[in-house]
Amino acid sequence: MSKRLNLTLSVWRQAGPSAPGSFMTYHAKNIPDDASFLEMLDIVNEELIETGEVPIEFPHDCREGICGTCGVMINGRAHGQEKGTAACQLHMRKFSDGDTIVIEPWRARAFPIVRDLVVDRSPLDKIVAAGGYVSAPTGTAQDANETPIPKEVADSAMDAAACIGCGACVAACPNSAAQLFTSAKLWHLNSLPQGQAERFRRTEHMVETMEQFFGSCTNHGECTEACPKEISQDFIAYMNRDYIKSQIVNRKLAGQK
Amino acid sequence: MLPDSKIPEGPMADKWDNHRFNIKLVNPANKRKFTVLVVGSGLAGSSAAATLAELGYNVEVFTFHDSPRRAHSIAAQGGINAAKNYRNDGDSIYRLFYDTVKGGDFRSREANVYRLAQVSVDIIDQMAAQGVPFAREYGGLLDNRSFGGAQVSRTFYARGQTGQQLLLGAYQQMMRQVNEGKVTLHTRMEMLDVVKKDGEACGIVCRNLTTGEITSHSGHAVVLATGGYGNVFYLSTNAMACNVTAAWRAHRKGAYFANPCYTQIHPTCIPASDEFQSKLTLMSESLRNDGRIWVPRSPDETRTARDIPEADRYYYLEEKYPSFGNLVPRDVASRNAKTVVDQGLGVGPLKNGVYLDFADAIARDGRDTIESRYSNLFQMYERITGEDPYSVPMRIYPATHYTMGGLWVDYNLMTSVPGLYACGEANFSDHGANRLGASALMQGLADGYFVLPYTIGDHLAPRLGQSPVSLDDDVFVKAQAEVEARTQRFLSIRGTRSPEHFHRELGKLVWDYIGMARDRNGLEKAVTEIRALRDEFWADLRVLGDADGLNSSLEKAGRVADFFELAELMARDALDREESCGGHFRVESQTEEGEALRDDESYSHVSAWEWHDPDTPQTKHAEQLDFVEVKPSQRSYK
Repeated sequence: MSKRLNLTLSVWRQAGPSAPGSFMTYHAKNIPDDASFLEMLDIVNEELIETGEVPIEFPHDCREGICGTCGVMINGRAHGQEKGTAACQLHMRKFSDGDTIVIEPWRARAFPIVRDLVVDRSPLDKIVAAGGYVSAPTGTAQDANETPIPKEVADSAMDAAACIGCGACVAACPNSAAQLFTSAKLWHLNSLPQGQAERFRRTEHMVETMEQFFGSCTNHGECTEACPKEISQDFIAYMNRDYIKSQIVNRKLAGQK
Repeated sequence: MLPDSKIPEGPMADKWDNHRFNIKLVNPANKRKFTVLVVGSGLAGSSAAATLAELGYNVEVFTFHDSPRRAHSIAAQGGINAAKNYRNDGDSIYRLFYDTVKGGDFRSREANVYRLAQVSVDIIDQMAAQGVPFAREYGGLLDNRSFGGAQVSRTFYARGQTGQQLLLGAYQQMMRQVNEGKVTLHTRMEMLDVVKKDGEACGIVCRNLTTGEITSHSGHAVVLATGGYGNVFYLSTNAMACNVTAAWRAHRKGAYFANPCYTQIHPTCIPASDEFQSKLTLMSESLRNDGRIWVPRSPDETRTARDIPEADRYYYLEEKYPSFGNLVPRDVASRNAKTVVDQGLGVGPLKNGVYLDFADAIARDGRDTIESRYSNLFQMYERITGEDPYSVPMRIYPATHYTMGGLWVDYNLMTSVPGLYACGEANFSDHGANRLGASALMQGLADGYFVLPYTIGDHLAPRLGQSPVSLDDDVFVKAQAEVEARTQRFLSIRGTRSPEHFHRELGKLVWDYIGMARDRNGLEKAVTEIRALRDEFWADLRVLGDADGLNSSLEKAGRVADFFELAELMARDALDREESCGGHFRVESQTEEGEALRDDESYSHVSAWEWHDPDTPQTKHAEQLDFVEVKPSQRSYK
């Protein structure tokens, strides 16, 4: 039988995007320490429903740390204190009996609140739409082994591609910058042979779309600290390098027209 | 009456080519005159949307997620099969076809499976061209691993995140089309009804989950790529929001539901630990490449796993199935785990698991190698259980994972409603009574990239020049009013129990009576008890808040309501099928050794169920299955 915890929660409640919000206090009683953080919220919500109070809306879906839906600020930290762990994979055994836990939605102007702890992260999709792909229409592909890719290159692309798009990097950043998200997608595609043809066009378009919504990077490094997949900040440097190059390469290509 | 399955004539290997030649085409300049509505943005939905848009169709995509990238395909771990024969181990299209028909316990359509095996090779090429970072060897060529039910190495993978990488590939292709204006993306939109005019699908009704607004959308065809119904069990490896609603609404509008009792219980999941548990987590089948499954020989064993000597360990799969060993198909592995746990040999605090042990693999290949193959899975296990699988064996137990049943479709992937298609896990077509590992990703992408984009033309071509049905038409006005009334009904019951509560109670019934072992008595009880609980649901449901904004209790209520009706049909289908096959195990029908015993004489057919109304049981239509290439035999993995 697992240990039980009694906790005090201070949760941001907000009825809608333009409604005023405030912190509300709830008591989470008799929480098994084998429960995940989100299961703890499930238990609290079931009790709220029983007492006739509208349950807390929080983002979640796969609960396996891969879909990127979940994410709240837990005691001021994106996804909580556990390194390399999404909120759904954070378990209550990491907390102590009697703790007070402050739970807030992602904090960033680009992510307006939908309700309570749920925010709108659609600007991240807009960055991908701007160029986060290889233009390879169905049916055009050659045999997959025609293009050998050194293992080190494939591994490094995979390290970047592991991003789950949760937005913790933005929420943790004092500037609400999306450099880690954008650069991870850029390095995934820019480092592979398949991504070379559109490399600089992709970089320019994605970076400029990013800047329409998000703040700028000033190298605090909070993003990597908060990232549940521990995506490396190095990718931001690669992105900056490719962006500067794109300003020359793309202009040169334009001049040839 | 069951529509024609449209299986093409000719030798197996030529059927798909012949069919592509014979079906009607829409000329490139005319494709822009058609609008296709795609519901769901997982592997099947995203890949279909991207490809249809590349061809020139106008596509509208609907997903209830905040981003299409969140669809549950993302959670698939182990890999994707393809008959590339890169290992030079004797693989071929025919062998993948054979393995899949046999793995499905001879309850799938040969022609569909053969086509799946044929296009599997194109999928790998396509995904590599898109920049999916598949695992590579030092020479730069693609790496493979083995999966259950096969004796060749044909599974391609991207660490333990293959589903994620494939979905991101398909999502990115779709976002490219969004950027080009060919795909219109509707996020946080849940489909709540299919609309028909003159017997054909002409659109859908959706609820915007953020604003609560209910809207209608019209198109020339509707594609459902909305996944499976495993969450009917409450505890499953599905994501929390996975549901049957889109498929069920289509069923209620005339789409036949096929083989609902074929559900897959995946052998390697982390066992449940308590009542609060909201879901179960899968540990990829790929772990069975290196992990050895065992339990103590004695039910009274008290030593820790590491202290139990070889002689006192029961490696039950290796002993019973020497040639496939730990890599027997999923249904066989799951049933054997249940058998040893039922014998009292289970491990862990609740004695509800078996060991999956990596000690030998670590000793043989080194910790670094094992880490490079499975690090994210090991990390996930550690997060959830608090135990380190590098030093103690994992504890695993079967859990609901995938549903082979789904909407009945013909060879063109069209349901029994003209103009309404079903792709990926939402249809029933390719896996028979049991799906082999690494074949779900293959099927989702085969349907979306290489099958539906061709076959949909056959329906559209004759409709050139027809406008989509107007949203002012009575059929839309009526459907929208029904959805609005149903939504309000959930709020107006004002009972005492939450949707979550009813879902959990329903899940227990489904697991107990329609789980890994089923018998007549239990199934009859299931029908009665599910009905009784359904009546309580409609009388005592409590949904707080309103319908004007985000309200996840309200969303859940609608999904649970549909699960009730589905669960009853699952029980009826299981009752009707008085044989064991694949994931459907009727206790009354087993061999002397306890393996599934089929009855080909009576049940070599697809059961496609036709809806009438909530209080009248569905009518069964049987589609006979003919086996020309692979003669049905008692499966043996010994």
